[in-house]
Amino acid sequence: MAITDIDQYAHLTDSDVETLGAELDAIRRDIEESRGEADAKYIRRAITIQRSLAAGGRLALMFSNKKVAWAAGTAMLSLAKIIENMELGHNVMHGQWDWMNDPEVHSASWEWDTTCPSVQWKHSHNFVHHKYTNVVGMDDDVGYGILRVTRDQPWEWWNVGNPIYNLTLGTFFEYGVALHHLETEKLRSKEKTYRQAAKDLRVIGTKVGKQAAKDYLIYPVLAGPNWKTTLTANFTSNIIRNYWAYMVIFCGHFPDGAEKFTVEEFENEDQPRWYLRQMLGSANFKAGPLMRFMSGNLSHQIEHHLFPDLPSSRYEEIGVRVRELCDKYDLPYTTGTLLGQYAQSFRTIAKLALPNSLLKATSDDAPETASELRFAIREGMTDHFGVDPETGKRRGLRTALRELKNSPVRSAHVGRAASGSPGRNQN
Amino acid sequence: MNLLKWSKRPAAGVEARKPEVNILRGLVARATTPLLPDDYLHLINPLWSARELRGKVLDVTKETDDTATVTIRTGWGFPDSYKPGQYVGIGLQIEGKWHWRSYSLTSIGAGENKTIAITVKANPDGFLSSHLVDGVSPGTIIRLQSPKGDFHLPEPVPGKILFVTAGSGITPVMAMLRQLSAHGQTPDIVHIHSAPTRDDVIFLDEMEQLADEADDYDLNLQLTKEMGKFDVSRMDEWAPDWRERECWACGPVALLDAMEAHYEDGGLRERLHVERFAIARTDHGGEGGTVKFAISDKEAEIDGATTLLEAGENLGIQMAFGCRMGICQTCVVPLAGGYVRDLRTGEERREGERIQTCISAVSGECTLDL
Repeated sequence: MAITDIDQYAHLTDSDVETLGAELDAIRRDIEESRGEADAKYIRRAITIQRSLAAGGRLALMFSNKKVAWAAGTAMLSLAKIIENMELGHNVMHGQWDWMNDPEVHSASWEWDTTCPSVQWKHSHNFVHHKYTNVVGMDDDVGYGILRVTRDQPWEWWNVGNPIYNLTLGTFFEYGVALHHLETEKLRSKEKTYRQAAKDLRVIGTKVGKQAAKDYLIYPVLAGPNWKTTLTANFTSNIIRNYWAYMVIFCGHFPDGAEKFTVEEFENEDQPRWYLRQMLGSANFKAGPLMRFMSGNLSHQIEHHLFPDLPSSRYEEIGVRVRELCDKYDLPYTTGTLLGQYAQSFRTIAKLALPNSLLKATSDDAPETASELRFAIREGMTDHFGVDPETGKRRGLRTALRELKNSPVRSAHVGRAASGSPGRNQN
Repeated sequence: MNLLKWSKRPAAGVEARKPEVNILRGLVARATTPLLPDDYLHLINPLWSARELRGKVLDVTKETDDTATVTIRTGWGFPDSYKPGQYVGIGLQIEGKWHWRSYSLTSIGAGENKTIAITVKANPDGFLSSHLVDGVSPGTIIRLQSPKGDFHLPEPVPGKILFVTAGSGITPVMAMLRQLSAHGQTPDIVHIHSAPTRDDVIFLDEMEQLADEADDYDLNLQLTKEMGKFDVSRMDEWAPDWRERECWACGPVALLDAMEAHYEDGGLRERLHVERFAIARTDHGGEGGTVKFAISDKEAEIDGATTLLEAGENLGIQMAFGCRMGICQTCVVPLAGGYVRDLRTGEERREGERIQTCISAVSGECTLDL
């Protein structure tokens, strides 16, 4: 089962965790103090680009009977929708730009161009997901209520459809996100009443209605004889945006090495350990400036989870310092190519269509979820960790993971450890 | 079904000079949802938006060494009529951050010309005022809020008036004087104005000219460097009939407090109208204080470690909350008055800014519209 003792898993002592926390606090302070004109310009420019693309796309689609206009219009509209979703909507609602005191670029007033009402998003995402990140049973993003993404979630017969649900979720991602707030898991467990859900659904319905009317009624009508091609163009750009957003987001928490946590871990947590959970639970992907912009800088999911309310444009710079900290404390910094990270996520989701009994690894030692128990499988393995007295170099989690990976006896020992302590594993 | 209401709905709350404009705005917004057409148009011309009022600095003219009049062209939605004596909220972006303050209008809202003027005194500790006086260049786009305030002359204008002003407290009264003279109204006015020296008197020429031309305008300058401070208890020496006059007073806190006490003693408190510019400011070391919840009509004394969220909840007020650690922005509210301190950064935030109640403590005193 997922991580219960984060200090032990991270191979850090109490004082290590404290100093790591203090160093991350210092990064926050430095960035907060240096926010200024350049940052404000950045977000203003992003807004101008996004709105120009949206206006340009809509205009081009007035002539969407011509193939070139259709393609150009669809492309511009898709880009506009992606930027609005990722770099603007998501980040503004996180309060990343609240420091500017600009009433128009503020988490309290921003409504984004997608079907999820922002007031609900600020609850289900900013609060539930970012506070309880990857705590199985508390963070609804772990599986979005329909997917099985970790062996810690008990298998049910309907999970065989896991890969199909996953692709369906990708296709209609904006609706998935909109319905996310209903918290279907809580409905099933009766923590939430159907009356409350109906109330939420009304708010969602209003927003969905406005969004759908715009794309599937108003612009086609305005396009007159080109209504049909406008309709297909709008539909296409929504799908493109949905897949892109889904892919970026799935690369943030479901590739190998993005750890899951238990409620027990969460309950004993302070601020430095909250930081540590964010670092271990998130994953990045490699991106150049354009890709970073198009992903709303969520290519830096680790930095985003450490500092969700610092300006996205600073994540690259923060990332350098976070990587230094990972080196210093010998912690993993999970990253890879976009496609690589996505492939890992999809592989996990496909695998988890099957019950655990048909899977090789245990939930203490699987690619997508592990616990401190994975290091108990080799006698004496934990003993030589700590600081090397000769080189002064730290042997911590990253080294341990590497050794585990290279260990030829790994699988046999995993099996024995898992069957040797069934009580702990099945809790 | 109220079609008119439906048409306007997306533009609800947008200030429009002509209400019909919001029908058009609301209809177009069906295609620009979740934005308003203004959000696109202001990219072409910053003044083409009424969602948040904007203005453009046209001109900055020095009145005295540390005072300047800033003339502003107003954008869409700014009302063309307001009452002289009212103040306007100004937002100026400095190093990426919008700073908000209120200043009295010194223009009188003459219908068509779409410009307003404020007169600003650069305070040594007034970050924004120094910027407006010395640093703002013509062409700068600023934010505006609609004129507000009860400090203005009634209709009809009373026959006998007393103005007591000091320093930049002259600004709202100047607007009143200009209005009276523009309308050809000539009530009997006694004006007592304090300033350190003649050079420090804002609008000196204009006031003296008025005093020369109008028989009923009696200007008394109290130049405090040579004559000492204006002593409220000796009011009879300047205006023996002050009890018969409606009085408008604006200036430093000490003066206004003395005026209030004086009128209270005379049993004439309702004759006195005051405008307070300075909010009781805390020194930067101070922590904790009084938090007022205006709508619930409750208040509490809290220390510098208690968050506003906790304070509100302890009083039984329904407060929006989320993560309680400053990351989710669920609890963000505008600060209606006073000062708070961000517990994470120690930064002081002031009236007009939006704050997170879960990580803010009161700094001196503050008011939330909750």
